Amino acid sequence: MAKVLVFCEYNDGKVKNGTLELLSAAQSSGADVTALVLGSTAESVVEQLGHYGAKNVYLCSSADLDSYNPELYTEVTCSALNKAQVDIVLASSSQMGRDLFARVGARLNTGIVSDCTELSLQGDSVKVRKPLYSGKCSAEAEFLNSPTKIVLMRQNQLPIGTPDASASVEVHNLEAPKAATHTTIKEVVRGAMKRLDLTEANIIISGGRGMKDADGFKILEEAADVLGASVGASRAVVDSGWVPHSMQVGQTGKTVAPTLYIACGISGAIQHLAGMSGSKVIVAINKDPEAPIFQKATYGIVGDVFEVLPKLTEELKSVLQ
Amino acid sequence: MRIFVCIKQVPDTETKIKLNASQDGIDESGIKWILNPYDEYAVEEALNLKAAEADSTVTVVSMGPKKRVVDSMRTALAMGADDGIVVDCEQEFDSATAAVTIAKVLKDEGSIGMIFTGMTAIDKNAGIFNEQLAEHLNLAHTNVVTKFSKTGDTCSVERSVEGGTTEVLELKTPAVVGATKGLNTPRYASLPGIMKAKKKPIKEIAFSDLGFSDTQKVKYINYQMPPEKPPVKMIEGDVAVQAKELASLLKNEAKVL
Ligand SMILES: Cc1cc2nc3c(=O)[nH]c(=O)nc-3n(C[C@H](O)[C@H](O)[C@H](O)COP(=O)(O)OP(=O)(O)OC[C@H]3O[C@@H](n4cnc5c(N)ncnc54)[C@H](O)[C@@H]3O)c2cc1C
Repeated sequence: MAKVLVFCEYNDGKVKNGTLELLSAAQSSGADVTALVLGSTAESVVEQLGHYGAKNVYLCSSADLDSYNPELYTEVTCSALNKAQVDIVLASSSQMGRDLFARVGARLNTGIVSDCTELSLQGDSVKVRKPLYSGKCSAEAEFLNSPTKIVLMRQNQLPIGTPDASASVEVHNLEAPKAATHTTIKEVVRGAMKRLDLTEANIIISGGRGMKDADGFKILEEAADVLGASVGASRAVVDSGWVPHSMQVGQTGKTVAPTLYIACGISGAIQHLAGMSGSKVIVAINKDPEAPIFQKATYGIVGDVFEVLPKLTEELKSVLQ
Repeated sequence: MRIFVCIKQVPDTETKIKLNASQDGIDESGIKWILNPYDEYAVEEALNLKAAEADSTVTVVSMGPKKRVVDSMRTALAMGADDGIVVDCEQEFDSATAAVTIAKVLKDEGSIGMIFTGMTAIDKNAGIFNEQLAEHLNLAHTNVVTKFSKTGDTCSVERSVEGGTTEVLELKTPAVVGATKGLNTPRYASLPGIMKAKKKPIKEIAFSDLGFSDTQKVKYINYQMPPEKPPVKMIEGDVAVQAKELASLLKNEAKVL
């Protein structure tokens, strides 16, 4: 039986879906599941981790870990891994996941594969696949010279299991890290975003230059409210200053793989497709029937987005009731 | 101060990718290679720092087949970097190997003032080189950086993370800083710059001379092209009909609502 450690990301006392996906995958494979959770409110999620399959939870509740400091996180994570002695580590391929486990991998002299979209755990073996060359092809990643295999999964790729409220966990407290010597967190300015980050969103509605101006994004916001979606954008509109770079999807923006991606007034340049072609269902609304986005789309509507989208929002409202 | 920029050469974003016959890599014939787009921000930031601190030089460092990697290096030299170091390596290597190799090369160079990298290389998109290099050199790192300034032996960096959140960090220098879009606007190489770049020195080191073994941690196998996708279903009719039909398809056929 493989021993798997899942690194927990959480927010306001709620374990993030990406982490729940990983716990579910580990549990359903029959692995012995351990979780690692850091920060002064870590205690608040221990029960949830148990309900989704963790038998053991390593926890460090030092307030120094409330913001991500690579130096401190690396130290604590390595000490947890040395104690837990697992075969496989699973974490989200989030910014924190990548930053932390890259350094952990180097310190423990072991292999790490980031941005995976397929995961199969069987007995002691782990098989992963990831997109390469901006999704123009994909490959399986084979670990070499790696006592522990670190796998970072893109979010929204795996099913979340049903929680078992009767499951219990054993908590192991980790020592607080020593003071950081090289890295100080000066300030964390929380985003004013009321929606999920694009990389975590299940539904994304994105706008391109076809939205005409920053004001044009209002009808995207309205649709997003109805769908519970997050709003994305093409680089053309980010470069024009209509929306911030944190909303950009594509090669030099975010890579997303939601269940539903609705592209409005986006032509479908290869660099945009690089960031969203992994979406399960793609809808394109564009006035140009020749727009390349239609070649990637599941459903297409040729038309003026300012006519189509408000109508669609109404219809969505009624089917969702 | 000696400023280093680690760069990589990647297939042009527009290049069509085909697999090789044994499906353990891509067919490299006909590929146009470019400087990794994120590395342009790294080069630009290094040049800005050089301009701000007297007696500084910018050295670009890269690894890969010398005969083509040198082209991307000339791009960086034409932008204004002073010299280059190429670790010549014909075979495939992973990020872990690149990190230990470049760490050794930089250590051998002597004193390091500052190191810049791109946030990720868009070919394999591992995005772990920056952090691993820092670990091997026992330096602080930050990646996905959108603002950078240096005073004395500390630097202040801003990085944007999920949810539109911005983190401001202070790092002891030398540090390894990973550049992303927003940090600056990379300059274009001027014609005189391009001419001068041809004469700038590039030091060559053979990977095989460094004596590394077992550094490779990850190998990519069983390459596949994306699965054929069914043709798009175009929804016809007037706007009211289209909207109704699409909402219904999303709910009942695709089942994504
Ligand atoms: C190195 C590099 C990296 C890049 N990275 C990215 C990236 O990360 N993300 C990204 O998106 N791009 C990226 N690009 C840019 C990319 O090449 C395109 O320029 C960009 O995606 C175009 O954005 P767009 O589709 O919004 O605009 P356009 O290509 O101008 O398309 C606008 C579309 O809107 C349609 N339209 C106009 N009016 C209406 C209307 N009223 N109703 C309906 N449709 C309408 C038009 O028919 C057209 O198809 C990158 C480019 C390079 C070179």
